[in-house]
Amino acid sequence: MIGTNFIYAVAGLMFAGFAVLSAIDRDNPKRFGNAGFYALLGVSFLFGDRIGDIGNGVLVLGLVAIAGTGAMGRGARGTTGPVERQAEATARGNRLFLPALVIPATALLGTLAFTAVPALVDPKQITLVALTCGVILALGIGYAWFRPRPATPFAEGLRLMDSVGWAAVLPQMLASLGAVFALAGVGQVVGGIAGAAIPDGSLIGAVLVYALGMAAFTMVMGNAFAAFPVMFAAVAMPLLIGRYGGDPAVIAAIGMLAGFCGTLMTPMAANFNLVPAALLDLKDKSAVIRAQVPTALPLLAVNIVLLYWLGFR
Amino acid sequence: MLVLAGIAVIVAGFLLRFNPLLVVAVSALVTGLAAGLDPLAILAAFGKAFNANRYVSAIYIVLPVIGLLERHGLQERARGTIAALKGATVGRLLIGYLLFRQITAALGLTSIAGPAQSVRPLVAPMAQAAAERQGVPPGGDAIPAMAAATDNIGLFFGEDIFIAIGSILLMKGVLEGYGITIQPLHLSLWAIPTAIAALLIHGGRLWWLDRRLARSA
Repeated sequence: MIGTNFIYAVAGLMFAGFAVLSAIDRDNPKRFGNAGFYALLGVSFLFGDRIGDIGNGVLVLGLVAIAGTGAMGRGARGTTGPVERQAEATARGNRLFLPALVIPATALLGTLAFTAVPALVDPKQITLVALTCGVILALGIGYAWFRPRPATPFAEGLRLMDSVGWAAVLPQMLASLGAVFALAGVGQVVGGIAGAAIPDGSLIGAVLVYALGMAAFTMVMGNAFAAFPVMFAAVAMPLLIGRYGGDPAVIAAIGMLAGFCGTLMTPMAANFNLVPAALLDLKDKSAVIRAQVPTALPLLAVNIVLLYWLGFR
Repeated sequence: MLVLAGIAVIVAGFLLRFNPLLVVAVSALVTGLAAGLDPLAILAAFGKAFNANRYVSAIYIVLPVIGLLERHGLQERARGTIAALKGATVGRLLIGYLLFRQITAALGLTSIAGPAQSVRPLVAPMAQAAAERQGVPPGGDAIPAMAAATDNIGLFFGEDIFIAIGSILLMKGVLEGYGITIQPLHLSLWAIPTAIAALLIHGGRLWWLDRRLARSA
């Protein structure tokens, strides 16, 4: 069955290619730092299931050592300049959008097709498998149309990858930290504190602690998924549902969305807030968070009101 | 209480601007030690979770295609399209993108767009081109950051309407742990009021951005 094995093989080969291209980039003084980092990621994607938990842990220590010592820098390989690009944009016209649109179109059609033939693809990975097929198809179109040298798409991909740099694995690192937090029982301690903060017999107090706690704990963990089971166990289940008879579906659904408001306001949600800033070459790495806070705060207030109104009809 | 030391490490590390990967690793070590785990067990737990979460980093496979298209003028073409479109403003463009992202995410199509797939190659250059026509100087952070923010907000407050998304399945699982059985559809319906509120609040801000630019022009 096609599933993560296929996606990870593609990703692993790409990172291996990035490692080789980085290593031979003589004009980049930090080329071996970059090469080592991407090589470790390639190993993780290709052989992560075979090297054991300790092996993966050591691999992470390698990534941290390279990033933490400042051994990574941007590659020095040249690309086309603004004048050439403008000329080509004019000459090629709107057809330039087609390869970019092939990716989402294949993801969409592939999702529908693979759902209809369930034996072929792991049902949990359908969209990601379809997306990977779209990427391969778009790359094929790119080779046929632009006739680049074989390594050129990877050199251009590496240019974008270097602009993200070590931040690329921060989301995965934070997710792993969440697993250690869970193992250490951090959630129960936080839940206990939140539960103790509620004035006795106050429904609005319990609603506030639940929603604000979801947002705040999500900001710490970078992920509402980690916060939800904790706040649900500490506040929602014993008080909102148990004592005040709230509707469990409303309290769960809107509580989760209150957590999402927290995701918009924290550097810990690196894949949503820091990686885009790096990809867009922003000077201020917190510019995306700054743009989101004025939406997140009123929306959090709306969620609190909705919880109170809809949860206890 | 001692296990909260890891959270303190995170906050202090980010404030003091140490390398975040280093901060995360130290926080995991401190948390694990405070909970009485031995260092090797912490390393194994972290390694196991890192391996299990590889799908988070798999999205970078789009970069070679995007990079190749950029080499051949994709961003310039995206700017040109907006420049040729009469009446295109940064606010209208991003409101349209917000709606598109919310609706497609609600249908479960969360990965057809995103910072690497759509914001960097298409949405950000289009938004910047439109804003420049409205008098915004080139080269600033504000417009691309707003494009990325719009992408996130559309995704977050659309995806929970889809019944098979991770957060819905997590909620269903947690509720079942307490003996409460709820159909995913029931959970996803209650995501709709917040989705409408997100559209109104963020759409309102984008509309206001257009007005502000029109006044100062």
